[in-house]
Amino acid sequence: MAALEVRDLQTHFFTREGVVRAVDGVSFSVDRGQTLGIVGESGCGKSVTALSIMGLIPKPPAKIVGGEVQWEGRELTTLSERQLEDVRGHEIAMIFQDPMTSLNPTLTIGTQIKETLRRHLDISKDAARKRAIELLDEVGIPKPESRLDDYPHRLSGGMRQRAMIAIAISCNPELLIADEPTTALDVTVQAQVLDLLEELQASHEMAMILITHDMGVIAESADDVVVMYAGQIVEQAPVQELFDHPEHPYTEALLGALPQIDDASGRNQRLTAIRGRPPDLIDPPKACRFAARCPHASSGDSCATHMPELREIRPGHFVRSQHPASERAGKRVEVTA
Amino acid sequence: MHAVDGVSFDILNGETLGLVGESGSGKSTTGYCILQLMRPNSGSVRFEGVELTELKGESLRRMRRRMQIVFQDPYSSLDPRMTVGNIVAEPLIVHSVSNRKERRARVRELLDTVGFDPSFTNRYPHEFSGGQRQRIGIARALALSPDLIVCDEPVSALDVSIQAQILNLLKDLQDQFGLTYLFIAHDLSVVRTMSDRIAVMNDGKIVEIGDAQYVYSHPREEYTRALLKAVPIPDPRKMKERKQERRQLQKSLADG
Repeated sequence: MAALEVRDLQTHFFTREGVVRAVDGVSFSVDRGQTLGIVGESGCGKSVTALSIMGLIPKPPAKIVGGEVQWEGRELTTLSERQLEDVRGHEIAMIFQDPMTSLNPTLTIGTQIKETLRRHLDISKDAARKRAIELLDEVGIPKPESRLDDYPHRLSGGMRQRAMIAIAISCNPELLIADEPTTALDVTVQAQVLDLLEELQASHEMAMILITHDMGVIAESADDVVVMYAGQIVEQAPVQELFDHPEHPYTEALLGALPQIDDASGRNQRLTAIRGRPPDLIDPPKACRFAARCPHASSGDSCATHMPELREIRPGHFVRSQHPASERAGKRVEVTA
Repeated sequence: MHAVDGVSFDILNGETLGLVGESGSGKSTTGYCILQLMRPNSGSVRFEGVELTELKGESLRRMRRRMQIVFQDPYSSLDPRMTVGNIVAEPLIVHSVSNRKERRARVRELLDTVGFDPSFTNRYPHEFSGGQRQRIGIARALALSPDLIVCDEPVSALDVSIQAQILNLLKDLQDQFGLTYLFIAHDLSVVRTMSDRIAVMNDGKIVEIGDAQYVYSHPREEYTRALLKAVPIPDPRKMKERKQERRQLQKSLADG
């Protein structure tokens, strides 16, 4: 059995305007030593999915209204806040996009690491200090002893992200959830942080969920990929398979919309823009949620009135569409590599 | 503190010069200095032979009509209390180029040009998505029929699918109106699809400048190479090779 199994997760926001179906029936699993990438654009529900697993959604207005989150055979959605606190930071840890808002600006880096260690492990003050230095060293922060007494604002963006990673791995979590961990960083720093996460995952044999909007980051770091759109999974496949044979029109369009750095046509590249915008998630259409923007759908299709199921089109490759690429004979949209 | 230090380059009529660099490299400051939104401490900025740094008052105003800017954040660069129509009309009013009736027609024409429904002129910016707002910002920049537009990270706040719409639009407008662009961005893939020539900035200096194709395929400087190798590309197979090369480069940069 997989370390983490999410089944038919539904997280809704109860607002004055109506019920927002932010996450609407999401299922996936992650094993130790494996990185699952969740990719999608703003508002697709990828972060809410992560927060739901962690029990960190703001209640109210949000509520998990259905589904299961099975962690090592335990159901997390029914745990009390107290029980969740024992899991969070210990067995499951999370890092966020902006380390400046998730680190406490009034506490030193050292204090914040030691705090986590002593919350979860039976460990003396001296031992915690020693361990904190080791951790800062492990995440590649130079001169860790002197950094221990620094406040977050003294560190650069990349170093802050490393400090946050140090806190996250301090209790040897079995699952690390990284929500846009490199989005605020420059490309050279991003590359270093992704390398670091990869190394740590291997050395700690963690399961990892990597949430990003960037297909490049997915190609770089994920083993398996979930593509989300409007609160649902629209495609799911091993990473190479997904990039070699994208099936869902949305995945194809996302790849076509990306400027290619190694495309020799340079300036003459024409990007495939996706017309329109994602649907409102208050009373979303009963139809396929991508239908209104889909270049292959026509009004007579059943996907204009019925939601397509997520089906296995090839072993391990799932797609939620009436018009997957491999069933569109001769009409295949060319996706440049 | 020298944010920009001894930078020299030229932009040819009708071309796009891409200016790339990481945060703090001085690329936006360079853009502001060209438009005289910031006055450089020393140095010279010439626009069609006219020295801009010496211009003041009315002559500077006159010059500014021909140089416009599109900002990164379509949320903070549009006045939330002004209607879409007034935002786009503002440059026309400030430079008093037309009467009320002509203005109204011009605003509709501009919005139509950038793919924004002109029937929404009485709405406010908050009613629109990031992509639509950026169209409003572009319409405003076009209002005075400028020759040069400085695009300062025009798509970095947008989702990929919307980003593609805006990049395509900017290219179409350039063809249609013969615009010259200084295109400032941190995303090297985006700059590649937009630029004829590219200048790479680091620490307030231009480290490399040249034909876009050439800079990307044969980067001369170590810094440019490291930057290019750090960009994640959407191809898992190629990514594996790049990771190897990247680690070697980082090592040699750290050692050298």
